[in-house]
Amino acid sequence: MKDKWIFEGLKIVDFCTAAVGPLSMKYLADHGATVVKIESSHRPDVVRTAGPFKDAVNELDRSAWYPNYNTSKYGLALNMTRPRAKEIAWKLIEWCDVMGESFTPGTMKRWGMDYESVVRVKPDIIYYSTCQQGQYGPHAQFRGYGPHASAVAGVYHMTGWPDREPATIYGAYNDYIAPRFGTALLIAALDYRRRTGQGQYIDLSQYECGVTFMAPVVMDYFVNGRVQSRQGNRVPNAAPHGVYPCEGLDTWVAIAVTSDEEWRAFGRAAGDPAWTGDPKYQTLAGRKAHEDELDRLVETWTRLHPAEEIMRLLQAAGAPAGVVLNYENLLSDPQMTHRGHFVALEHPVIGRHHYDGLPYKLSHSPQGPRWAGPTMGQHLETICLNLLGLSEDELAEYLADEVFE
Amino acid sequence: MALEPTPRALLSPYRVLDLSDEKGFLCGKILGDMGADVIKIERPGGDPARRIGPFFRDEPDPEKSLYWFAFNTNKRGITLNIEAADGRDLFKRLVRASDFVIESHEPGTMEALGLGYPDLEKINPGVIVVSITPFGQTGPYIEKQYRATDMILWALSGAMSISGDPDRPPNQITFPHAYLHGGAEGAQAAMTALYARSVIGRGQHVDVSIQECLPMCTMNAMQFWDMYKINLPRGVYKRGAVRPDGSRLYNPWLWPCKDGWVFLMIGGGVLRPLVLSSTALAGWMAEEGAAGGLESYDWAAMDSATVTQEEIDRLRSVFGPFLMTRTMAELYEEAIKRKILLAPVNDPRGIAESPQLEARGFYVEIEHPELGATLKYCGPWAQLSHTPLAHWTRAPLIGEHNREIYEEELGLSREQTTTLEKTGVI
Repeated sequence: MKDKWIFEGLKIVDFCTAAVGPLSMKYLADHGATVVKIESSHRPDVVRTAGPFKDAVNELDRSAWYPNYNTSKYGLALNMTRPRAKEIAWKLIEWCDVMGESFTPGTMKRWGMDYESVVRVKPDIIYYSTCQQGQYGPHAQFRGYGPHASAVAGVYHMTGWPDREPATIYGAYNDYIAPRFGTALLIAALDYRRRTGQGQYIDLSQYECGVTFMAPVVMDYFVNGRVQSRQGNRVPNAAPHGVYPCEGLDTWVAIAVTSDEEWRAFGRAAGDPAWTGDPKYQTLAGRKAHEDELDRLVETWTRLHPAEEIMRLLQAAGAPAGVVLNYENLLSDPQMTHRGHFVALEHPVIGRHHYDGLPYKLSHSPQGPRWAGPTMGQHLETICLNLLGLSEDELAEYLADEVFE
Repeated sequence: MALEPTPRALLSPYRVLDLSDEKGFLCGKILGDMGADVIKIERPGGDPARRIGPFFRDEPDPEKSLYWFAFNTNKRGITLNIEAADGRDLFKRLVRASDFVIESHEPGTMEALGLGYPDLEKINPGVIVVSITPFGQTGPYIEKQYRATDMILWALSGAMSISGDPDRPPNQITFPHAYLHGGAEGAQAAMTALYARSVIGRGQHVDVSIQECLPMCTMNAMQFWDMYKINLPRGVYKRGAVRPDGSRLYNPWLWPCKDGWVFLMIGGGVLRPLVLSSTALAGWMAEEGAAGGLESYDWAAMDSATVTQEEIDRLRSVFGPFLMTRTMAELYEEAIKRKILLAPVNDPRGIAESPQLEARGFYVEIEHPELGATLKYCGPWAQLSHTPLAHWTRAPLIGEHNREIYEEELGLSREQTTTLEKTGVI
């Protein structure tokens, strides 16, 4: 039997918007924390305004994307432009252990809810701020999304073909690096507070986390003056190493031969055609020296078979290979299915859809998304009556003041 | 005033044994950056990853790998052969005095050595074992002993199918990232297990699947299949977005400029920051006499679901030539000032010379006495009010801390360590 949920009883106010902040808080929510997500229908989390939408109707509660980033959270709509909204915000701040925000630097200060203001009331608060480039510095006020961060952090420059302009990776790629760093830091800060009583302000720069993923490339510039660039799918220490077309439309298999032994395995899988026995291909140096020609030969074999079959033959022989899965096939990938990675959850407006579970298993603790991200203001009563302890009359007054919109 | 000085590092009471290869280096590094005492354990002679380039002054040498340097800062280093019986005993002695073990062996390897989680838990119930492997510890791909590399995992995650250009094979990122996602996720999960330990009083086994770390990296692509039954195509940012009805406009967001490329979103509609951005760019162009009739364009009225290709072409024919008259740096400076959704496509030089990273003290200098050089490193990836990520030591040399750890900390005699060296255990 598993023990109780890890963060059960941990109280979090989540002002975060878009990806990095909400995903940081999703980790805690999916491990049992009570996370209150605050936004307003006048100023919704931007992810609510992006699709895909149920029946292609662009409305705040119809995005299938938003519920993924906000699983297991309670939702409150709070219009911060209403005079009494701050009373509720401050009640929540007094209630919580951790507060998170991901606005452009300065926004929380304008609301009088920056770290300096909060720490006066809550001396041991863990206050988590994340923005694209950090809270200070000449570019701190830059407004951009994950694709901009991916461009700035070198991901686009380092993706694509040497004879072409940069390729890109779909989506806000850089946004999926920082939450892993940031949440590790946040939980370490909670442990530090448990031991010392001392709270903390965290200023997480998404740009800096992204550049950490490029560290050897940046060091190569500092130390050797080299400006590395995109190389298609080639790497220095393996050949063939690439993605090859298979039987069928837009189907591909990735093949990585990392040793001479794996090259012999490749030959066996391909039925030992004459070319795989060619002496010049028996060493890595030889395969690298004739890589263009080698890639064309590999393709003559892969084109004749479905990608799944190439993967199966190569893996059975002992050479690394993987189907380039599209999302349809990812959802039915046997390994992902065995791990139960994607979790299907009901949502009051869009119905039953799949969401990302945690990418790891814990031996002794329950884990995983408990419900789909909330509709706008879905948990008003739970939050106000149960968590904050307002009376029905008080709630009615705030409602009359149009605070919860 | 506290009776004892508050520790200046987040994780200073904790010790980590890092047995991992490239799949887990970053996990130990992140814990080390936060102040844990991380001991990198290498096989005698050194870890094979020391052969990964690039190298200091392009001299291939196990003590000069920049890859090794970059991901093993803030660790001490010992050599130990855990396949030898004496080595296993030493490892268990270390585990008794440790909080974390990070490993990335093929599933079953640690168990076969008698060092699996059930064995380690017996000698230290509080230990947290973090396994970082391509597919996790169980499942059909484990039963079939499937092999993976960084690129193979990228392929098996969905991400590769939409990375790269539509008329060529899908791409990986040339500097491979899949293992790094696994490593960083391992650090996050390790901290979660640490918190759990303070609640339930014991450690646990954390089983990270790198494959599972990657689908999250492609935003809403999985939902496009789940909801619309559309597999997104490659090259969305170089061609144009897919509309709900499956149709597409040619509207690349990667634009050439005077000295390179910028990522610029052009559009409007319900997304307010995009309306403000397009308005601000047109406003700047108007000041320069280059707005080409877009001075008072109604961006809010644009509906991305119905706007025509002719209209997009007209807008592009005004913006495109203007961008070509400016450098990446000039465009970025105005973008920051005017809140335009434009960013430069930085190469490594652009990252190295970033005024923002400079201002935040992101790059730190670490001395390498044995190389006679001080090297610049990627340093603190966050700022903290009370326990800054302020301690930076270079990656260990092969067996650098053998005597310090085996003799001074475990209490072995010089004679014993000499014997262990001779028998190839350390």
